Amino acid sequence: MPALFDTFKQRAEAVSAEVHRFPHKAAALDFIVQYLQSAGVANSPQSYAVWADCPFLRGVNKDHVIAGVPGLTFTVTREVAAGAKVGISQLDWAMASTGSLVQDSAPVERRLVSTLPNIHIAIIETNRLLPDMPAIFTKIRPEQTNYISFITGPSRTADIERVLTIGVHGPEKLIIIFVDDMAGVN
Amino acid sequence: MRKEFRDSINTALHNANLTGALGRFSEAYRISREKAYEGIDFEAVRTQIAERKGYAASHLDELAERFTEKAEARGAKVFRTNDPAQVRDYILNLAQANDVKTVVKSKSMASEEIHLNPFLEKAGIEVRETDLGEWIIQLAGQTPSHMVMPAIHMTKEEVADVFSDKVEAGQAPDIPRLVKFARGKLRTKFLRAEMGITGANIAVAETGSLVIITNEGNARLVTTLPKIHVAIVGIEKLMSDFSDVVPVLTALPRSATAQLLTSYVSIITGQVPNTDGSPKELHIILMDNRRTEMSQDPKFKQALQCIRCASCLNVCPVFRLVGGHVFGKIYTGGIGTILTAWFDALKASDEIQSLCIQCGNCTQMCPAKIDIPGLILELRRRLAVEKGQPLAQKAIFSIVNNRRLFHSMLRTASLAQKPLKKDGFIRHLPFFLSDMTEFRSLPAIAEVPFRDKFKKTEQKPQKQKIAFYSGCLIDFAYPEMGESLVKILNKAGIEVIFPEGQTCCGAPARFSGAYEVAAQNAKDNINALLEQEVDYVVSACPTCTVALKHDFISTFESLGETDSLPRAYQLADKVIDFSTLVKKLVDEGRLTFKEGRQLGKVTYHDSCHLKRTLNVSQQPRELLTKAGYEISEMFEADMCCGMGGSYSLKLPEISAPILERKLHNIKETGAPLVVMDCPGCVMQIRGGMDKDGTAIKVEHTVQRLADELE
Repeated sequence: MPALFDTFKQRAEAVSAEVHRFPHKAAALDFIVQYLQSAGVANSPQSYAVWADCPFLRGVNKDHVIAGVPGLTFTVTREVAAGAKVGISQLDWAMASTGSLVQDSAPVERRLVSTLPNIHIAIIETNRLLPDMPAIFTKIRPEQTNYISFITGPSRTADIERVLTIGVHGPEKLIIIFVDDMAGVN
Repeated sequence: MRKEFRDSINTALHNANLTGALGRFSEAYRISREKAYEGIDFEAVRTQIAERKGYAASHLDELAERFTEKAEARGAKVFRTNDPAQVRDYILNLAQANDVKTVVKSKSMASEEIHLNPFLEKAGIEVRETDLGEWIIQLAGQTPSHMVMPAIHMTKEEVADVFSDKVEAGQAPDIPRLVKFARGKLRTKFLRAEMGITGANIAVAETGSLVIITNEGNARLVTTLPKIHVAIVGIEKLMSDFSDVVPVLTALPRSATAQLLTSYVSIITGQVPNTDGSPKELHIILMDNRRTEMSQDPKFKQALQCIRCASCLNVCPVFRLVGGHVFGKIYTGGIGTILTAWFDALKASDEIQSLCIQCGNCTQMCPAKIDIPGLILELRRRLAVEKGQPLAQKAIFSIVNNRRLFHSMLRTASLAQKPLKKDGFIRHLPFFLSDMTEFRSLPAIAEVPFRDKFKKTEQKPQKQKIAFYSGCLIDFAYPEMGESLVKILNKAGIEVIFPEGQTCCGAPARFSGAYEVAAQNAKDNINALLEQEVDYVVSACPTCTVALKHDFISTFESLGETDSLPRAYQLADKVIDFSTLVKKLVDEGRLTFKEGRQLGKVTYHDSCHLKRTLNVSQQPRELLTKAGYEISEMFEADMCCGMGGSYSLKLPEISAPILERKLHNIKETGAPLVVMDCPGCVMQIRGGMDKDGTAIKVEHTVQRLADELE
């Protein structure tokens, strides 16, 4: 796993993603809350944070979290997501060879929080890290999943003069948070 | 060639933004592409893609049925048609039935192929391209100049002007700010649109899935925010199994933009929930537009293997000079020429097919293993059949087909050129011929051709005999190359014979689509070269070698002249290029280099047909190194020099800047000598150096080695 994680981190950073790793959920949650506070998340349009329902949130006291971050909501609508600065979701798989994340994105709130806001925080369980595309393709099932997303770094373009520019229609920042122990302490 | 076409070439050539941007990109592309493929077995991946896409191309009907069944079982509506008009009508009816006022689109070449945007706009529907490059050219009222980078021909200043004119005044030419501006403006369109239109990179029959690849994230919004999703899919995008996606996803981003993976890949299977929880209407249009017909053509079927990476554009020495607009409105570059001939009309490819210089760079890079130059030649052949050859060309080839007449004319020309000639060069030609000598001097036709010199060459009778095929250039322009070859083989104890009946190899006719002429040349040469029992037939011209070894066979095959094939194969078995033969003789100890020679720096130019058709590149380098030279590699050593046989006569305006780049790369090495294995390249590069006034010697390997062997 360490070698695989290092490959992932190196590849993801090469495409301008941020990669962090925490031993357990509580540490990851602390980091996220602090990040939202420092990113200027507030209860006003263009400053909201939206967090799509995910296994990570099981056992988390949402009211307590919201109390620390005004402007954060766990109820994801199109309107709120369109006015959000940060979106948070949990991804299903990570692919080391390209630094990518893979998700069952059929539930629309998962797509809204990872497409509309400027910043996407992506949570991933460390043991969901696989080496490469063939390995990923043994796990994903279009027979059961109507929308599968691969996400590799933030949104980008080089359409003007071939100059790489980060952040076009999707997020301009992708922060990936690996959590070793998802059961964690709470 | 129409004047309009020539004008469009000249406009492109004089557009410094275009040639600058494309040139820089294509130079950087090859390096970054290679890096992206590190650790990946490109040959294995492309073999897999060619195999899986090839399978799909032979089973389009079956895959379309399976796809339809699977996708409909998941709630999609699938509409299949051959007719572009029906595609347009289907979408318009759907839009009107749902009171659609705004459509957002992510990139779809198929929609451009059927001119969907103007059709919908005429009906009063606002259509917004959302891929940044596509949006820019939509606003500017232009067409894409590159399949992957539609606005590569525009500068940031031009983009700022377009935004200021068409969207909101006062935009500054600052790229990050222009991108942010586009994000803001298009975001409101995304949120307002009632319909989203996408293409698809792959349609998987096994599961009914669409695979959509983007970097900007626009396709994710197009398939998430509007309540109706329409996907226009050319049926060649069908693949059988879900596992077929892996090789395409491995190659497409690497070949297209030198990325390991694009920012986003969406795999959509059936209906997904809308933002209000209702199920999204998903309409998938399987568009044929002659693709089935193409799949039934034994030659062109392989073009359906294309995954639209555009690497054939990026490595093309011609494309990087002229860009996409010269090619027409939709599909551009090498593969675009082929697709235009089918999706538009064969006639539509008439002029653009002539842009191909047949260097073969694209085939080597193609992740679907498509023989693009081969298919372009086939277009040329079919066009020649359909409309007949130009009269002047016909007259020339009828002479080439009569060896005695052809050779006696060359001898006469040698006398006639006398007043024009100086130190072996012709530097100016009068009248309409002046284009040919404007950018490079031409070699004077030799006073005594090789075939006459050979008769006076004394050789000891030897047990081993090898036949020499000189080709026209060595025979009539550079007989000294032939003399050096005889000298070298004699040193190895080999007697060289020169079959008198040999004539032009037929490459000029073949490259012009005149296959009947090429076939006659082939037959004459086969008869001459198989007349006497020899171990090898050696040539010091790679184009001739390829003709003898491969093209005779394929010309007969194209014309269905199967009776001629056995002897063509018999000849092909004996044919060998000069450097490969000499390398073999050195390895066998039959030739040895003089000891301890230190001959200084040399740079080596790879000739297209030697490197890419005959796969010979190390042999001459090894021989030169063993002789005592130190090789100093030039940038893009295997990039075409712009000669391309008669290409440099037909399109001197393109040949000249390709040569200029080559000369620059040679000079950059600081070597006083550049060596190559092709007399055609010698003619082009030596002529260029002469015009340029540069004192760098340009020589064929055969001449460099002759004095260095014991």
